[in-house]
Amino acid sequence: MELTTILFYLFSVTTLGAAAVMVFSRNIVHSAFALMFTLIGVAALYVLLYADFLAATQLLVYVGGILILILFGVMLTTQGHSFSFKINSVNLIPASVLSLATAVLLIFAFTSTEWTIAEVSERDDTVYELGMMLMGDYILPFIIAGVLLLIAIIGAIVMATRLTATSTEG
Amino acid sequence: MEFSIIEWLSDPGLTHFLIVSAILFSLGLMAVLSKRNVIMVLMGVELILNSANINLIAFSRFTELSLDGQMIGLFVIIIAAAEAAVALAIVLNIYNRFKTINLDEISLLKG
Repeated sequence: MELTTILFYLFSVTTLGAAAVMVFSRNIVHSAFALMFTLIGVAALYVLLYADFLAATQLLVYVGGILILILFGVMLTTQGHSFSFKINSVNLIPASVLSLATAVLLIFAFTSTEWTIAEVSERDDTVYELGMMLMGDYILPFIIAGVLLLIAIIGAIVMATRLTATSTEG
Repeated sequence: MEFSIIEWLSDPGLTHFLIVSAILFSLGLMAVLSKRNVIMVLMGVELILNSANINLIAFSRFTELSLDGQMIGLFVIIIAAAEAAVALAIVLNIYNRFKTINLDEISLLKG
């Protein structure tokens, strides 16, 4: 058994187990921390797929940014102290039937298709090539993504300031 | 050609990563459908985006897609960051107005 195989199963079990804890936990803070382990496991899977730059980006953006935002959202929207962090599930049976059907369908489609595997050479690092592509073929999406981030930041600031203005008025 | 499960399991290839992403997708779908807390729904959306990203990067590793897949994955991460920021600002506004983040109770179109 190779080391890559052991690592793949280790990281897959971490990712999927933490995702299951996230979905089925009844405490939203536990869910957020389980989401952190899921995101770290996904970053490790990226490393196994030779995507080192994307793994670093995943750690920085998701674990360092989005997860902190989600935790702030949890803190700022809990009501009182008594039933604060509890969350309840609805539609449990239709939701589980639908997601199980999706999983079975997707796995069947993935395993029954004959993928044409191309033997790519093992990469040392992808940062140089990704940078050249970003400044070459992908320059337009790169600029559009920058503008999108700017618009998102401005929109979030506008909404947040209106939030504080209304809370001081009322 | 002899096909053995043990042999298949001991050599992780494209299909293994795709199966991991499929299970991750269905867990995210489960979270989106069965939770009524807005923040739980957002976390489910993050799971779905991550599973799509695993797909893209697995294809970029094992097929002719090569680095283009990683580039698309990078843009997915960027857009997820923008989405999370705007969505949480909206959630805070909703909480300020309705004093709840239960999706079933936020049913007013006109504020």
